[in-house]
Amino acid sequence: MKMDLIRLKNVTKQYKNGVTAIQDLTLSIKKGSFNFVIGGSGSGKSTLIKMLYREEKPTTGQIVVGGVNVVRLRNSKVYKLRRKLGIVFQDYRLLPKLTVYENVNFAMEVIGASKVESRKKVLKALEVVGLKNKIHNYPDQLSGGEQQRVAIARAIVNEPKLLLCDEPTGNLDPDMSMEIMKVLDTINKETGTTIIMATHDKDIVNRMKKQVITLKDGRLVNFKEKGTYNNEAV
Amino acid sequence: MKLFRMLGISFRDAFKSVFRNFSLSLASISCITITLIIVAVAIIASFNVQNFTKEIEKDLTIVVFMENDATEEEVLNAKNQLEKMKNIAKITFESKEKVKEEMSKESEVFDTVMSSWTDEDTPLKDTFQIKVKNVEKIRNTANNIKRIKKVATVKYGEGMVDQLVSAFSSITKVTYGIVIALILVTVFLIINTIKLTIFSRKREISIMRLVGASNMTIKMPFIIEGMILGAIGSIVPILIATFGYLAFYNHFDGYLFSKLILLIQPEPFIYTTSIAIFIIGIIVGMIGSSTAVRKYLKV
Repeated sequence: MKMDLIRLKNVTKQYKNGVTAIQDLTLSIKKGSFNFVIGGSGSGKSTLIKMLYREEKPTTGQIVVGGVNVVRLRNSKVYKLRRKLGIVFQDYRLLPKLTVYENVNFAMEVIGASKVESRKKVLKALEVVGLKNKIHNYPDQLSGGEQQRVAIARAIVNEPKLLLCDEPTGNLDPDMSMEIMKVLDTINKETGTTIIMATHDKDIVNRMKKQVITLKDGRLVNFKEKGTYNNEAV
Repeated sequence: MKLFRMLGISFRDAFKSVFRNFSLSLASISCITITLIIVAVAIIASFNVQNFTKEIEKDLTIVVFMENDATEEEVLNAKNQLEKMKNIAKITFESKEKVKEEMSKESEVFDTVMSSWTDEDTPLKDTFQIKVKNVEKIRNTANNIKRIKKVATVKYGEGMVDQLVSAFSSITKVTYGIVIALILVTVFLIINTIKLTIFSRKREISIMRLVGASNMTIKMPFIIEGMILGAIGSIVPILIATFGYLAFYNHFDGYLFSKLILLIQPEPFIYTTSIAIFIIGIIVGMIGSSTAVRKYLKV
C-alpha cells in the first residue's frame, strides 16, 4: 500500500451537462510504474487525467495523489499539487515568444526558483529530451516532435514524481511518436518517475508493453501488466 | 530571497505590459493625472480653508452690547441664555464700571471726561465678548443673540468673513464631489487596461497554473501594473502642486485678498501634499487592478 502513488476510490464524475464521464472507478497506481490509459473517444481518459491534476473535481469518490487528497484541496492550494507533477498535452502548450530554454525555465521561474538552480535543472531536462543543441530556438523553428520534447522537458524540469500525458503523440507521425515514447521510457527508467499516459495509439501500446488501464464508457474494464491494446475491450 | 525574486519578476512583467498596451495605459495614466491634479487642488484648498478658518476662529469675537438701562438681573438673565446656546465656546463679561476703568487708564482725557459721568447717565454699556465654536454659523448665532431681551447691538468681525468662509467651504465640497466622480472613472479605465493585459496573457496564465504557480504569483504582476499606472500618473500632479503652490504663495506674499486669510507655509505642506497625491495615485491604481484581477482572473 505504501508504494501506491495514486489511489482512486469509487470515483464518479458527472459533468454539468449531465454526461457521466467516469463511473465508480477504483484504481491504484504504483510508484515508478508506466501506465497507458486507453479507450475510445468519450471513454473518460481525458477526464481521468484532468481529475489527477485537479482541473476537474470528481462528483463523488476519493482521489489521493502522492499523499494529497485532491478532492478536498482548496482552489488556492492547487498549485501545491501541480508542483508535484508534470503535465504534457497533445498541443504542446509552449509560449511562442520564448525560446526553448525560456519555455522550460518558465516553469522554474513561476515557482520562485533561483537562477543558478534553474539553469542547472533546465539544462539537465533539455539534455534528457535531447534538445540541448536547440536551446536558443523558438518553438516555430522546431518540428512537432521537438516541440513536444520541449513540453516534456518543461514538465520534468521540477523533478516531479508523476508525469501525466494526455495524448502526447496525438499530433505526431509514427516515427516522431516513437521518439517521444523513447524519451518517456528513459525518464521512467532513469528517474523512477511514474508516468500515466492517455492514448488511442494501438501501435505504441502494443510495442511498449507497459501496464494498461482500459476504460469503456467511464468504467474500468481491464487493468493489466504488459497489456496490449485489445480491440474487443474497446 | 524568494519573495524578492518573485517581486522582481512581477515588476518586470508589469512594466512590460504597461508598454505593450501603451495606448490604453496612456489613457489610464492621463485619467489618473487629471484626477490627481484636481485632488491636489482640493487638498491644497481645503487645508488652506481649514487653516484660515482656524485662524479666524481664534480672533473672531462677537461683542454683545446690553442696553443702557439693563438691570443687573436682566444682564444675568442674558448671560444665562447665552450659555445655553450651542455654538458658543467662551463668554467674557465686562461691566460698565470695568470698561470705564480700563478706558480711564488708557488716557487722561478719557479719565477727566468720564469722571463726570454718573451711573445713570453714562453712555457706556455692559458687554459680553463671545467666542464661537463654528465660524460658519456665526451669522445665525449673532441673530439669535439679538433676540435676547435688553440686548442693544451685536457686532462681529467684518461682514464678509462669514460669507467668505462659507464660499470657500462650498467650493471644497464641490471639488470633493468632482474628485469622487473622477476617481470612479479612473478606476473603471484601469480595470479595462488590466483586463486587456489579462486577456493578452491568457495562454501564459493557463500555463503558469499548470506548472504550479501560486495564485499570488499569477495575480501580482497585474496588481503591480495598476500601481505603476497610478505612480506614473501622479508625477505631473505632484510637480504642478509643488511649483504651482510655491508660485501662488510667493505671488500673494502668503496672504489672500486681505491679511485675514493666511496661506499655509509651503515648506512642509507641499511635501506632505506630494506624498499624499502619490499614495492616492497608487491606491487608486491598486483598487482598479485588484478589481480587474478579481473579475477576470479566475484562479
